[in-house]
Amino acid sequence: MRELVIISGKGGTGKTSLTATFAAMAENAIFCDADVDASDLHLLLNPEIRERNDFMGGALAFILPDECTQCGNCLELCRFEAISEHFVVDPIACEGCGVCVDLCPQEAINFPIQKCGEWYISDTRYGTMVHARLGIAEENSGKLVSLVRQQATAVAEKEGRDLILTDGPPGIGCPVIAAIGGATALLIVVEPTVSGLHDMSRVADLAKHFQVPGLVCINKYDLNTGMSGKIEEFARERNMELVGRIPFDPEFTRAMVQKKNVLEFAPHSPTTATVRQVWEKILSSTAMNRLGLKDMSKAIR
Amino acid sequence: MIISVASGKGGTGKTTVATNLAASLDQRVQLLDCDVEEPNSHLFLHPDFKETQDVTTFIPEIDDERCTGCKKCMEICRFRALTVVAGKVLVFPELCHSCGGCVEVCEEDAISEGNRSLGIIESGNAGDILFAHGRTRVGEAMSPPLIKAVRTLEDREKITIIDAPPGTSCPVIAATRGVDFVLMVTEPTPFGLHDLQLGVEAIRTLNIPCGLVINRSDIGDDGVKNYANREKIPVLLEIPFERKIAEAYSVGKLIVEIMPEWKEKFRELYKQMTKLSR
Repeated sequence: MRELVIISGKGGTGKTSLTATFAAMAENAIFCDADVDASDLHLLLNPEIRERNDFMGGALAFILPDECTQCGNCLELCRFEAISEHFVVDPIACEGCGVCVDLCPQEAINFPIQKCGEWYISDTRYGTMVHARLGIAEENSGKLVSLVRQQATAVAEKEGRDLILTDGPPGIGCPVIAAIGGATALLIVVEPTVSGLHDMSRVADLAKHFQVPGLVCINKYDLNTGMSGKIEEFARERNMELVGRIPFDPEFTRAMVQKKNVLEFAPHSPTTATVRQVWEKILSSTAMNRLGLKDMSKAIR
Repeated sequence: MIISVASGKGGTGKTTVATNLAASLDQRVQLLDCDVEEPNSHLFLHPDFKETQDVTTFIPEIDDERCTGCKKCMEICRFRALTVVAGKVLVFPELCHSCGGCVEVCEEDAISEGNRSLGIIESGNAGDILFAHGRTRVGEAMSPPLIKAVRTLEDREKITIIDAPPGTSCPVIAATRGVDFVLMVTEPTPFGLHDLQLGVEAIRTLNIPCGLVINRSDIGDDGVKNYANREKIPVLLEIPFERKIAEAYSVGKLIVEIMPEWKEKFRELYKQMTKLSR
């Protein structure tokens, strides 16, 4: 089984619009939304929830006012400044380390485990989708991303699918790290701007760090062809295969407004044909077809 | 006055708004780029970096001579950053949340304060703007501690503009907590609307007044405007999609550089925020 994770570093480069279009083109695949904090793939795939589960994240400290003697021990111990001088825990600042709980001489602090979100197994018109929703202002997004990917693998095995298509989060922090570890390959969607190039280089470093090979697709390449050239050069230098250039096309936004991908919205447009070529190139890339090669540590320079 | 520019969805124009606003004001301005995973503001303001500061966080360092392998440190650690194998403590630095519980429970005084690099803060001047940003070390999962470190540079005597990270979870909270106003930037599309709603819910948990900038305001549909009306979130500025703006952005140029008439609009935006802030 193979897993392609679509990431970008910079947000808004077109990850989700492309993932949804690939979903329409893929055969025998399932889909996974690993952007649990601001997920959007469901807006295009319109999943019908088959199974709904609670995501239990970390616990939060809660001081029982009747038991507390206000000795001040917890205030001194807490390195997150989460306890007020009136001995009330700020749930946003609390890291869930439990140090105050374990070391309270009165045992006056409870530590209830929190529901931090939900995750779902759903049906879409292209196949099964595993997705989630992290609670507002919650932590533990990396944990939820790992959970969603594990579940996607389990579902793919059960259904006998051979590809998992995963829409990743922006950035290079905790949820991205959780989204890329152990993936077959990454598709890095870049826009031809100074920020696009800057953010892509950080993502390339991250991919190298976690030893996952990367493919590069330039979206809206004609907004600045000079910058697109630089991105191609950078991809070559880092040994990441360029799988295509997609033009700036307002059809993507029009399709989104109708909750469709571009293949559905404009099946015969030149942009759709380009996206199909990109998809075929991804499937036939060396990164996705390792032929028994296990150590990809030298894949990205 | 401290203003955070946030969005929910990535790529809607936070950096565009933060940098153009900073470059338009006559008052003393400080720009803190708190999108520490992917900082971009420097690409538009071209600061002259004078200082680089390493930011680290606590991780336990075990003195094997003193350690008796009692497992107390392993038992208190909720993050499984410590384990005891064959009577020896192994530390997994990347799992540590720096709570210090292990130090507290060690009766042999065998744990000292080591550190893990979170990243760096670079600071300097960009013209009259005081500029600083954080850059996480590649491979570092936790960004909130570095965001908080950047925010220790906040100067109440100046106008502070914070370029916040995307999303709705802990990094955004770290970049918006305690500010006077949150300026949400969105695009009028279903993705923009969906993530804006999540973003606004996150900001509301903090009880901070917010306003909206609609970027590429002439693409997409009316969903965002209808939502803003319904929720009584004032739309403070609309920036239309213009290829000229997109092309300038692509090479690291500000809108106010290619269209100086926009300076007045950004100044007006600031005035409105001062009226709405707490």
